[in-house]
Amino acid sequence: MNKILEVNDLHVSFSTYGGEVKAVRGVSFDLYQGETLAIVGESGCGKSVTANSIIQLIPKPAGKISNGQILFKDQDITHYTERQMRNIRGVDISMIFQDPMTALNPTLTIGDQLTEGVRQHENLSLKDAKEKAIEMLNLVGIPNPEERLQQYPHQFSGGMRQRIVIAIALICEPDLLIADEPTTALDVTIQAQILELFEKIQEKTNVAIILITHDFGVVAKIADRIAVMYAGKIIESGLKKEIFYNPKHPYTKGLLHSIPRLDQKNEKLIPIDGTPPDLFSPPVGCPFTARCPHAMVACEKVYPLRHEESQSHYVDCWLYDERVKHITKINIKPKEEYK
Amino acid sequence: MFKYIIKRFFMAILTIWIIATLTFILMMSIPGSPFNDVSDKTSNEAVQENLEAHFNLDQPPVIQYVYYLKSIATFDFGPSIKKPNDTVNELLGRGFPISFELGILSIIVALISGIALGVLAALKHNKIIDYMAMTIAVLGISIPNFVLATLLIQQLAVNLNILPVATWKSPAHMVLPTIALATGPMAIIARLTRSSMLEVLTQDYIKMARAKGLSPYKVIIKHALKNALMPVVTILGTLLAGVLTGTFVIEKIFAIPGMGQYFVQSINERDYPVIMGTTVFYSAFLILMLFLVDITYGILDPRIKIHDEKGD
Ligand SMILES: Nc1ncnc2c1ncn2[C@@H]1O[C@H](COP(=O)(O)OP(=O)(O)OP(=O)(O)O)[C@@H](O)[C@H]1O
Ligand SMILES: [Mg+2]
Repeated sequence: MNKILEVNDLHVSFSTYGGEVKAVRGVSFDLYQGETLAIVGESGCGKSVTANSIIQLIPKPAGKISNGQILFKDQDITHYTERQMRNIRGVDISMIFQDPMTALNPTLTIGDQLTEGVRQHENLSLKDAKEKAIEMLNLVGIPNPEERLQQYPHQFSGGMRQRIVIAIALICEPDLLIADEPTTALDVTIQAQILELFEKIQEKTNVAIILITHDFGVVAKIADRIAVMYAGKIIESGLKKEIFYNPKHPYTKGLLHSIPRLDQKNEKLIPIDGTPPDLFSPPVGCPFTARCPHAMVACEKVYPLRHEESQSHYVDCWLYDERVKHITKINIKPKEEYK
Repeated sequence: MFKYIIKRFFMAILTIWIIATLTFILMMSIPGSPFNDVSDKTSNEAVQENLEAHFNLDQPPVIQYVYYLKSIATFDFGPSIKKPNDTVNELLGRGFPISFELGILSIIVALISGIALGVLAALKHNKIIDYMAMTIAVLGISIPNFVLATLLIQQLAVNLNILPVATWKSPAHMVLPTIALATGPMAIIARLTRSSMLEVLTQDYIKMARAKGLSPYKVIIKHALKNALMPVVTILGTLLAGVLTGTFVIEKIFAIPGMGQYFVQSINERDYPVIMGTTVFYSAFLILMLFLVDITYGILDPRIKIHDEKGD
């Protein structure tokens, strides 16, 4: 399998009036052709910033990649100029945004918005571009594509619009599709349809997908691998079954506990107490310390060494350190003290 | 669409009727008559009565009102009282094209420079260019056009002598009056364009356009500007009305032989047919312009439908 993307130790920060927000603090992952990586985590943990920095769509000059490396098909694109990026965006890497109601320009026809990218990048004639657009609309399941091309976004439902957004993203046949919460704004039945569409498209085009979500239901459906983010770091990552059946990090466990389950009707949902740390001055140790039921002194002082549970599964947590076994009993701090 | 135009047409007639009636009431309620100019030697009482009878001014107000409505309906306002050689329609035919030229020129200049300034300021948000553009805009809004006109004449025409002082003969003559009249609306358009552009630039569809790899030109002109212009089109009607009345003042200052001089003069002299004719004509013109603005709005924003209410 071909490696499409490799992100090494990515740091992204924003300078604001209040100081520097360290939104992403050393994120690394890789992604292969035809694979779907889900990035999950609570709101504000840096999922969107990570995704946006891959195609350099973070607001400049406030936001910047302060460290790290992004390799796309073995090419270092971290410091590509705007002009160089333009030849990658939409062609090699495409992006889908959360809210299909706002992602389409209300004053331009669907046809125009579908074809403008492919016309610019591939120099297609209007007629060829239109044919391609019709083909794409067929692929994403929009009936009567020919007529529909003439119409404006407000003439489509939310689910239809997201299909159109997906068609726009795929029209230049990218190798990587970044979908930032593509189903969050849709109702459940439409959500399922859109996820099925992703699967179908991936089967057909072998595109690699980064799927950002905080919905484990979505993850369960289409992810191959999962990266769990917290306070700008990936704190656990593994294959889908490893994360679902053998979660290691207390945070991951907490997230999984907070999903409603159909088979356990009476069980209460357990949200994780507390809030994520302030990213202006993130803690030096494990950022989850303050909310962790198993926190130890070491957690607060030093960021955990990586524990490799398997070849594909790692976790950044002191609980799995060899040495902890001997000190657990003495040093565990009750959670209350951190509140 | 056809139904919509018909509806607008009847609304327009209603509006013109209301304006005409109000004008009539105002004319009746201000003291004086066209014939009581003391300096006028010929105005002895007998002559005056004759004249009043000639122009139906001796009739009771209700009858006069009916005559007025009739003149509006036939668009024949008769001769001017003070300029017996001219009919009102002739005065309009002579003066209005010049006023129109000045007005349209000013609106075009205001639109182009205002939009350009606003877009530039938005793209250079919080940089020197932005501050400069907004300073110009604030000045433009706060300096009244007659003050600006006087300043321009003083500096550019009198002191530097690079442009003509007054009148309306060649393109060079048009520069100063146009600047004087266009600056105010330009400033308003610039500020509005800037703020709406700044808002549009944060929208998802702009990010999406960038994510497609489109050139900055396409992103800004095609995707952002069209949406950002919506509020500008909305206030265009108000601006047009402002420019229209502004032409009266500017024409006076620059001694431009437009409709302004006749209109102002007619009010001073109680030249009723001219007042009436000009008011009705200008109202009709403005209503037509506002209709065109609404059509433009519908073209720019497909969500706004220009046809009958029931729609779909
Ligand atoms: N333009 C910006 N300026 C300053 N801070 C920013 C900016 N964009 C993001 N941040 C900060 O970066 C952090 C991560 O934001 P991000 O949007 O990546 O969160 P997220 O994980 O996508 O959350 P959500 O699930 O709500 O979308 C947040 O704390 C946010 O305050
Ligand atoms: Mg996000």
